[in-house]
Amino acid sequence: MAPARAYSAPVYRYDAIDQTLVNERVAQFRDQTQRFLAGQLTEDEFRPLRLRNGLYIQRHAPMLRISIPYGLLSSTQLRKLADIARRYDRGFGHFTTRQNLQLNWPTLANVPDILAELATVEMHAIQTSGNCVRNVTADHLAGVAADELDDPRPYCEIIRQWATLHPEFTYLPRKFKIAVTGAPDDRAASEVHDVGLHMRRDAAGSIGFEVLVGGGLGRAPMIGQVIREFLPLPDLLSYLEAVLRVYNQYGRRDNIHKARIKVLVKSLGIAKFREEVEAEWQASRETAPRLEEAEVQRVRAFFTPPAYESLSDIEIPQQDAEFRAWYRYNTRAHKVKGYRVAFISLKAHGAVPGDMTSEQMEAVAALADRYSFGLVRATHNQNLLLADVRQRDLVELWKALRALNLAFPNIGTLTDMIACPGLDFCSLANAGTLNVAAQIQQRFSDLDYLYDLGDIEIKMSGCMNACGHHHVGHIGILGVDKHGEEWYQITIGGSVNGSTALGEVIGPSVRQSDVAETIARIVEVYREKRQDEEPFIDAVRRLGVAPFKERVYAKTAAAA
Amino acid sequence: MRKLLLRREIVEDEWDYLAEQRPGGSEAVIISLAEWRDNTESWRAWRERLGVRIGPADRVETLAPELARFELIAIEFPGPGEGRGYTQAQLLRTRYGFKGELRAVGAVKRDQLFFMARCGFDSFELAEGEDFEGARKALGTFSATYQPQRRYQESGTNH
Repeated sequence: MAPARAYSAPVYRYDAIDQTLVNERVAQFRDQTQRFLAGQLTEDEFRPLRLRNGLYIQRHAPMLRISIPYGLLSSTQLRKLADIARRYDRGFGHFTTRQNLQLNWPTLANVPDILAELATVEMHAIQTSGNCVRNVTADHLAGVAADELDDPRPYCEIIRQWATLHPEFTYLPRKFKIAVTGAPDDRAASEVHDVGLHMRRDAAGSIGFEVLVGGGLGRAPMIGQVIREFLPLPDLLSYLEAVLRVYNQYGRRDNIHKARIKVLVKSLGIAKFREEVEAEWQASRETAPRLEEAEVQRVRAFFTPPAYESLSDIEIPQQDAEFRAWYRYNTRAHKVKGYRVAFISLKAHGAVPGDMTSEQMEAVAALADRYSFGLVRATHNQNLLLADVRQRDLVELWKALRALNLAFPNIGTLTDMIACPGLDFCSLANAGTLNVAAQIQQRFSDLDYLYDLGDIEIKMSGCMNACGHHHVGHIGILGVDKHGEEWYQITIGGSVNGSTALGEVIGPSVRQSDVAETIARIVEVYREKRQDEEPFIDAVRRLGVAPFKERVYAKTAAAA
Repeated sequence: MRKLLLRREIVEDEWDYLAEQRPGGSEAVIISLAEWRDNTESWRAWRERLGVRIGPADRVETLAPELARFELIAIEFPGPGEGRGYTQAQLLRTRYGFKGELRAVGAVKRDQLFFMARCGFDSFELAEGEDFEGARKALGTFSATYQPQRRYQESGTNH
């Protein structure tokens, strides 16, 4: 039976079991931190413990990654994040490609208190890092997209709970990421996850999943392969256990760069890997958890659609060109008449992609309360969105967002780029990303020019760990270290939406000061050679890398 | 004598590893898997209690037909990130029905014990310098769990 609902909108609420577990996790980490600070745990011993609570030791300070399960936040939770960022950090946070939030400046001794604060709003940082099952991500348009078969979020929540502190799979060979989509348009990058789940219905109309395995980015990017065409819902957890058990036993532990499941899948081949999983699954079905219908119903009840008014679609005011641009680029269709999805761009020119101040978070929480059933979503493109806005409220919402510098009309354009924090914050990075992002924003500041280019996704990573998903950017930018200097390798033709593809390197890497110019040359070739309304990615596929390469490295070459 | 956390009690170990065995010592001996394989016949004839120690790469299914001979299985955890032992324990308990003592050996720290116990370990040779009382308490770190079904642990914090 579902507990009393405090929100009028679809969001999972903790019961006593969920809350007890999170509270006890805070107590456990407080004890571990105290033992570390008292010298009873060495750095080597403390590392896996802190990582499993989202805590990295970074270039300047610890970095804390807070879990936002499948990107869904209540306004209460967003206010708490704002409050934490202000009191324990420098008044801002960074939204990531896995729908989480990172704080870059907390102090280690304060982290147990931060986790305790999070627990008061049913949040945590459990398994946001470390070699374990990470935050389960989903389509950011789940529940409101017209092309959706079913809302994937109840299944994400079921997987989240099953994966949380799973006794057998807390020390895997490497991290393990799962994404779930309920729509044919893959907005969750599921094909580059360790496991991707695509909702399907069988002939009888029962829900199940197509299961992909072995996708991932990083040093050796790979696209997930279908391991099972239809997995019935009651078998969801037992099958995931079989996959993880095979991986836990046979995944490589001798080399961190070969430890992801994709390497195991590749070395065995998908057929052999499938055979291993099937054998394990058949052998363990008696004892493995079968997903009970009652539990499915309990969780699904939280995601009942909100109380939509019965409205008609309205004529959108067109007088104001700025509003028109925002409407066109930053809003999307909603499956319910009279409603629309509104993106909150965290990519304003001059801003750090994905960053948000405490004041902005609080203001957005208030807007969510007023216009969107008190809920906010984080997208894997590092923006936020309000999913359920009445069309008649759009002008007012736009004005409010504009006043917050959150209405920059560039969603889906070249400057709506993904970027990891790079060398400015991350101790793994080889090169900066934020200054390159600023350079690109400046170079493409002319909005008419930007709009003329259409949909172009730039994705940028400061090192080959690929947190910025550069392999699957239409244009990918990878920071590399060349004799102590920051250089950038450019790829084109990658894609993650629809048909997933990995980009191809266009040639030698370029200097930091030449990145924007290089991109300008690439898009100029596109402008000259495109046919009719052909999007950039299609043109690259048709033309191949050669004409782009030729222009970029022409005699007044950008590259040295 | 070696101390041990056995079924939530801090006790002295009744078992010796083969290399430690002295005349007049314990009559419960833990041998390596290689020793068992090399001298199976003589160990089958051994009349006292017998345990076997396995490493993370050993496959427990190969032991399955012989499980009845062992009263103890010790599973090695060579380093803090080692995770195969959790699956080995889970399989021994649930699939192969091993009822004897299941012991975790090596880099075994209190922070892992809750998970190890849930996978079926009931005996812990703690890493050097580890505080036994703290480890015993750590077995009750969580009173709620999600697997296999969400519930409160019967073996909760009061142990």
